[in-house]
Amino acid sequence: MSDASFNASTVAAQPRADEASFGDYFALLKPRVMSLVVFTALVGLLAAPVSVHPIVGFCAILFIAIGGGASGALNMWWDADIDKVMKRTKGRPIPSGKVEEGEALALGLALSGLSVIMLGLATNWFAGAFLAFTIFFYVVIYTMWLKRLTPQNIVIGGAAGAFPPVIGWVAATGSMSIEPWLMFALTFMWTPPHFWALALFMRSDYDDAGVPMLTVTHGRRATRWHILIYTALLATLAVGTSFSGIGGPIYLMVAVVMNALFLRGAWQISRRSEDDAEADNFKVERSFFKLSLLYLFLHFGAVLVEALLKPYGLGGWS
Amino acid sequence: MSLRKSHELHQRRFSRNLGVGLTLAAFIVIIFGLTIVKVAGTDFGMATQEVQN
Repeated sequence: MSDASFNASTVAAQPRADEASFGDYFALLKPRVMSLVVFTALVGLLAAPVSVHPIVGFCAILFIAIGGGASGALNMWWDADIDKVMKRTKGRPIPSGKVEEGEALALGLALSGLSVIMLGLATNWFAGAFLAFTIFFYVVIYTMWLKRLTPQNIVIGGAAGAFPPVIGWVAATGSMSIEPWLMFALTFMWTPPHFWALALFMRSDYDDAGVPMLTVTHGRRATRWHILIYTALLATLAVGTSFSGIGGPIYLMVAVVMNALFLRGAWQISRRSEDDAEADNFKVERSFFKLSLLYLFLHFGAVLVEALLKPYGLGGWS
Repeated sequence: MSLRKSHELHQRRFSRNLGVGLTLAAFIVIIFGLTIVKVAGTDFGMATQEVQN
């Protein structure tokens, strides 16, 4: 905010409604998305077959989170025009007039550079480069290019959100293997049904903003079928992961229960008409969305438990 | 516009400035801790021997 508009005689010594607080700048980093980044990156780091010094591990997660937050700020800078239109996003710091677009851009660029360099120094440059690629992918490939171009935007954007466990793994090991990519695939396949369920009950938002969501371009019936197809593919992948190096009996139990519930929800969504959904205010779609949050948390939680039990000879299948 | 120390802008933005200050302080502590860990994990004896050879 500019100080030029300041008038000492009329302003009380407390934050003005249009003036950004520290919390508004923090909100630019999308804290809720950051919490998912922190959790999945932590699981990637701890599931890796290499022990990491706690301070180094803490720094790795912190800088991955800051990198994720930086992409969020750059996303808000670029999408300020559509954020103003959508109910869900009009309270964000830029559309509400508390933070200027240029400030979000500056914060995003500064934190991007800082996070990449610091992750490289704290762990290894492979991890730093991976974080840089993730920021580039989310901001340039997804936000600037494909989000407003294709109804597959959610599928592509899901890839950016799926990278953190891979970065966590690479930060610990300095190398790549199949296991982090299974974690990547889990988040990647989970994202479309999660967001399409949201699009079904937040329906006017994406229409108003002109974002080509599947609900807008292919219709709501097609979206319902897409949710079911992606959920079926996700269930196959999620249960199959049980038999990999990051799986085990606990993970298998969680995967079987959660995927049965998730498939049942997707099936119900696919069978519902718009009249049914309108009648109960999208009850099934809303509960499927809530279940999707628990779904991802419990899958990664199970991977974490398996990893933490391994030193005691209990985790995994051995 | 010159800002004196007693200016009300300082009071109005106290929480924002405090947040920035604490963030910077935390960053310094983190870098210090990371440096200690990195330095402690480096085998300077071997490095010195390599230089001498």
